[in-house]
Amino acid sequence: MIPISYYITVSTLMFVIGLVGILIRKNFLIILFSIELMLNAANINLVAFSYHFGEVDGQVISLFIITIAAAEAAVGLAIIVMLFRRKATTNVDELNLMKW
Amino acid sequence: MQTIFFFYFAFAVIVSSIFTIGLRSPVYCTLALLSTFLHVAGLFVLLQAEFIAAIQIVIYVGAVLVLYLFVLMLLNLKATEHFFHKQIWIALFFGLVLLVEILMGLFRSTLFSMGKIEAGKTLSPMGNTEEVGLALFNKYLLPFEVVGIILLGAVIGAMVLAKKIPTSKPEEKPIT
Repeated sequence: MIPISYYITVSTLMFVIGLVGILIRKNFLIILFSIELMLNAANINLVAFSYHFGEVDGQVISLFIITIAAAEAAVGLAIIVMLFRRKATTNVDELNLMKW
Repeated sequence: MQTIFFFYFAFAVIVSSIFTIGLRSPVYCTLALLSTFLHVAGLFVLLQAEFIAAIQIVIYVGAVLVLYLFVLMLLNLKATEHFFHKQIWIALFFGLVLLVEILMGLFRSTLFSMGKIEAGKTLSPMGNTEEVGLALFNKYLLPFEVVGIILLGAVIGAMVLAKKIPTSKPEEKPIT
């Protein structure tokens, strides 16, 4: 049997990789990928604790997270398509319309 | 046997996450993300959550990633020269700090001294899918409906955002 701490370590690593990915990349799409990574890390945590405590609630909540991630992907991609049509770039540094 | 599979899946998840944020071409990043999701589904199977693993594969890999790939092909991106932001070293430093902080907090907690998961408690006579379905439609019925409304809002919002606005002026300069 694998201790739950191993799963949490994997999920922590994945979460930090996603966070660093948001900070270091310029491409809008890769930033969305990093958000997906962080949501998946949260899912691993929830399912691991659901297994640990023998309750099914964590799995239900991770199902909700998957749904929200799908909605987020749809809206994020619509924003990317709109921005690309207008400015022909996905570099977030060039999208400084609202910068003061 | 389970341990071997766990270490394989964990290693593959970490390595393909790093590839996801580190590769140059967005298409390769998408494929690395696909590998990450598949191996996370493997971890879910090890945790006896077969239904979540199936949903992970069907929705994430089958729907969300295909959507990303379609948009990538529609956008026709060119590989940029400096694809890392110039704040990369600060970002790596703070990522490392956060990682050490979370892991220190975890290793000092009582969670790690609890050790192994007690067996027998987790095995239910019903299947995993049936159990999830019962919880979803009894205890979590209201959140389930709310999620449906959120999905409806996301679909309408995406359609409104991506619709091409008919401009009255033919030569409208892009806002800079």
